[in-house]
Amino acid sequence: MKGEARKKFTREVFSRPKSLVDVRTHFCPGCHHGIAHRILAESIDHFGIREKTIGVACVGCSVFLYDYIDVDVAEAPHGRAPAVATGVKRAQPDKFVFTYQGDGDLAAIGTSEIIHAANRGENITVLFINNTTYGMTGGQMAPTTMLGQKTSTSPYGREFRNDGYPIKMAELLATLEGTAYSARVATSTPGQIRKAKEAVRKAFEMQIREMGFSVVEFLSTCPTNWGMKPLDAQQRVLGEMSEYFPLGVYKERRQADFV
Amino acid sequence: MTLASAEIRRELMKGNEAICVGAIAAGCRFYYGYPITPQNDIPEYMSAHLPPIGGMFLQAESEVATINFLLGTSASGMRVMTSSSGPGISLMQEGLSYMAGSELPAVIVNISRSGPGLGGIAPSQGDYFQAVKCGGHGGYRMPVLAPHSVQEMYSLTMLAFDLADKYRNPALILGDAIIGQMKEPFVPTPYVPTVPQEKPWALTGCAGRPRQNVKSLYLKDNEIEVHNWKLHRKYRQMQEEEVRFEPYRMDGAGIVIVAFGTAARVSKTAIQWARKEGLPVGMLRPISLFPFPSREVDEAAAGADVVLVIEMNTGQMLEDVRMSTRHHDKIRFLGKPCAMPTPEEIHQEIRRLAGEIGVKAGNAR
Ligand SMILES: Cc1ncc(C[n+]2csc(CCOP(=O)(O)OP(=O)(O)O)c2C)c(N)n1
Ligand code: SF4
Ligand SMILES: [Mg+2]
Repeated sequence: MKGEARKKFTREVFSRPKSLVDVRTHFCPGCHHGIAHRILAESIDHFGIREKTIGVACVGCSVFLYDYIDVDVAEAPHGRAPAVATGVKRAQPDKFVFTYQGDGDLAAIGTSEIIHAANRGENITVLFINNTTYGMTGGQMAPTTMLGQKTSTSPYGREFRNDGYPIKMAELLATLEGTAYSARVATSTPGQIRKAKEAVRKAFEMQIREMGFSVVEFLSTCPTNWGMKPLDAQQRVLGEMSEYFPLGVYKERRQADFV
Repeated sequence: MTLASAEIRRELMKGNEAICVGAIAAGCRFYYGYPITPQNDIPEYMSAHLPPIGGMFLQAESEVATINFLLGTSASGMRVMTSSSGPGISLMQEGLSYMAGSELPAVIVNISRSGPGLGGIAPSQGDYFQAVKCGGHGGYRMPVLAPHSVQEMYSLTMLAFDLADKYRNPALILGDAIIGQMKEPFVPTPYVPTVPQEKPWALTGCAGRPRQNVKSLYLKDNEIEVHNWKLHRKYRQMQEEEVRFEPYRMDGAGIVIVAFGTAARVSKTAIQWARKEGLPVGMLRPISLFPFPSREVDEAAAGADVVLVIEMNTGQMLEDVRMSTRHHDKIRFLGKPCAMPTPEEIHQEIRRLAGEIGVKAGNAR
């Protein structure tokens, strides 16, 4: 089938989202950053907001967001993306503003900025990629590293008496009045990916309806630094990670009831 | 005098408030900050005056957040300002380095207090090195302006916004507790922009154009070196075009004082006293600390018998004066860390130096 005939008798069921740039990413095989990128791009397309979106990239494996997502992007210092996004949103309240942050970025060095952005009800959306390690710097221990997990700086496994417990950000941020939406998703099965898309759309909607701060935590993989094959990494997310970091919606504001 | 010029409007205000008036006159509608003495008048003024004119005042959770609010608003193409004092300015150094690397304009005001550490709230010029050499990582420069009057708190703030935009770089106002708290009349001259207001590089959403970004990461082959040379050329251009200084009573001055800010202001009084006694003393006052008026300092040193550097620290600009000239043997220093030198102290030192170079007081002009 060629040309006209092809158009007439076929239906497009799957294609690259318009907002996803057609280049090869630098992500390792089995890394879920790429899936989260795709969901992000699809959501931008879904709401038709590509030309009014400003993203804020963090410091981590996802710093090259601006090479992959076809929108304006500012690069923030490590952990400061919510503060940079605040500066953008305050200057341009009519634009759609999101951050995309790793767990070292958001849950360690940037804890202050994320908590206060949420608490102010800053009308931005945060995509938070929790892979229980510092991917970019070579797999060191993160605040989200599981107890017993061996990393390059916890070679005997994380031990709570020394390093405390893995921090649950989706739950923590849900406790703040300014948070309109907080959910934790995973992307290890087609069903989970569908749910993740729903969550991201909900989070986008919160901002579009000016309901306040929204965050979606992704349980992600880092096969490279976990020392696992991609499939084993999937199993880890589905198993021990989901057990400790339960998936679900922790907060969902029904109406803009805050002042 | 025409009637109009006789009616020039004057305002009586604190230096800190004059900064705010200057910023608003220059079109700044965004201010972010975190409380710290002795500059709280600035956020207080901005929190009262920005919202009614459609501006944005936001108190941040820290100076780390503050400088990144600035980064985001600057990346959006808006004029934006913050103010703080030593401890807070220290926390902003990371952000300043990122803004310099990302080529983002903003105005940062340091109403400095004494340090190091928590130090004290006494006035000080101990942040000279941090301001002029730049305390963040990677090697960058910023225009640094040092007002010595409430009038200059107003006008140099307006200039700082233009310099920031001209060079797409943060610009810093270095004041201190005295110049910030001092009240005196000033003339709020109208703001006349000297730079184009368009910012085609701003992140405003990619409607009708390809996406663009604001960043400081350059990982590809050679990119970061090229970027560094590009930034360097801007700093060189600043050195060629932005040197500002005031020669004060330099006619026949065998004793040349070099001082900035409050120390320069006090020196003027002492110079007037000494001149009345016939002592040949004048001052070269750097207004821009970066770029430093090196050539002018060298010329003044060549023609003088002694050069007296006066600072409210233990000798920081002193190093730049030494670097500007070969006449090291002529350089003397009067330092008052964490306090304002009194006109009497400076007058005393001028007399002592006059004796040293063999000039006697008494033969009034
Ligand atoms: C102030 C500062 N400290 C440390 C670093 C080094 N650094 C770069 S990325 C990173 C951690 C990244 O981990 P994460 O946020 O979890 O992102 P991932 O790479 O895992 O996606 C660190 C510590 C830095 N760039 N800046
Ligand atoms: S190091 Fe880990 S997080 Fe980074 S791209 Fe590779 S798999 Fe992904
Ligand atoms: Mg990580």
